[in-house]
Amino acid sequence: MPLDPSFIGRTYPPTAPYEVGREKIREFAEAVGDANPVYLDTEAAKALGYPDVIAPPTFPFVITYRAADQVVNDPDLGLDFSRVVHGDQRFSYARPVRAGDRLTVTCTIDSIKSLAGNDVLSVRGEVHDESGEPVVTTQMMLVARAAEEG
Amino acid sequence: MAANVSYEQVEVGTELPAQAFPVTRATLVRYAGASGDFNPIHWNESFATSVGLPDVIAHGMFTMAEAIRVVTDWVGDPGAVVEYGVRFTKPVVVPNDGVGGEIKVTAKVGAKLEDRRVRVDLLATSAGEKVLGMSRAVVQLV
Repeated sequence: MPLDPSFIGRTYPPTAPYEVGREKIREFAEAVGDANPVYLDTEAAKALGYPDVIAPPTFPFVITYRAADQVVNDPDLGLDFSRVVHGDQRFSYARPVRAGDRLTVTCTIDSIKSLAGNDVLSVRGEVHDESGEPVVTTQMMLVARAAEEG
Repeated sequence: MAANVSYEQVEVGTELPAQAFPVTRATLVRYAGASGDFNPIHWNESFATSVGLPDVIAHGMFTMAEAIRVVTDWVGDPGAVVEYGVRFTKPVVVPNDGVGGEIKVTAKVGAKLEDRRVRVDLLATSAGEKVLGMSRAVVQLV
């Protein structure tokens, strides 16, 4: 069964705030082998004009991927996650994520397409800080491969 | 924000310093923990092969994180990255042979934009195959 196109444009409720910790940023930076001091050292971050350490550019995915659970596990949408692969990913930054941020994510289904029997689902995540200012917008395209016949 | 590179310094075609990033099973276990993505295709060989993959593969988001380092190391301030997008075209295969895989990344300035921004086009390969498509970043220069 292809995904129901009436879900296009559906927006899910904002997530509970995710609090970005300095040590979480350090753990992520070390996991990608990146020793840029602006991720690790508050003084180095301040020297570049940031109030605290900032996170690497792909870090927001940790938060938006979790938020997209609402979409992926929406029983009404009926996506078969065991058949899903990550097709593409985009980030558009208003500013870098930084330690101390309390971030909420609002997910919207931007498109649903059927290509060669595969469902292609595009989910946007709007990330805002505690004062409601935009921080980053992410676009995740998921491809659910067609189930085998039989 | 204080990038190290000025807009006047670059032209279309300017190459950024290329880098190669090793990736082993230990790298993937560590990335799984840090990112919260515990999909077994990234650490369990029998599971990976049972779903038709050649072997354990790297997280696409790990490859994406490595590729942008060519830009952030060049520009100095990672906050200078205004936009970044990739398409995941081929997996990075990570064998359990003590060596693992490698992601090679080259990049060049693809266009000079308004407001002292440039578009950087990235090329990421592993084992001779292009692993990211349409891999582009918009970067704010000074």
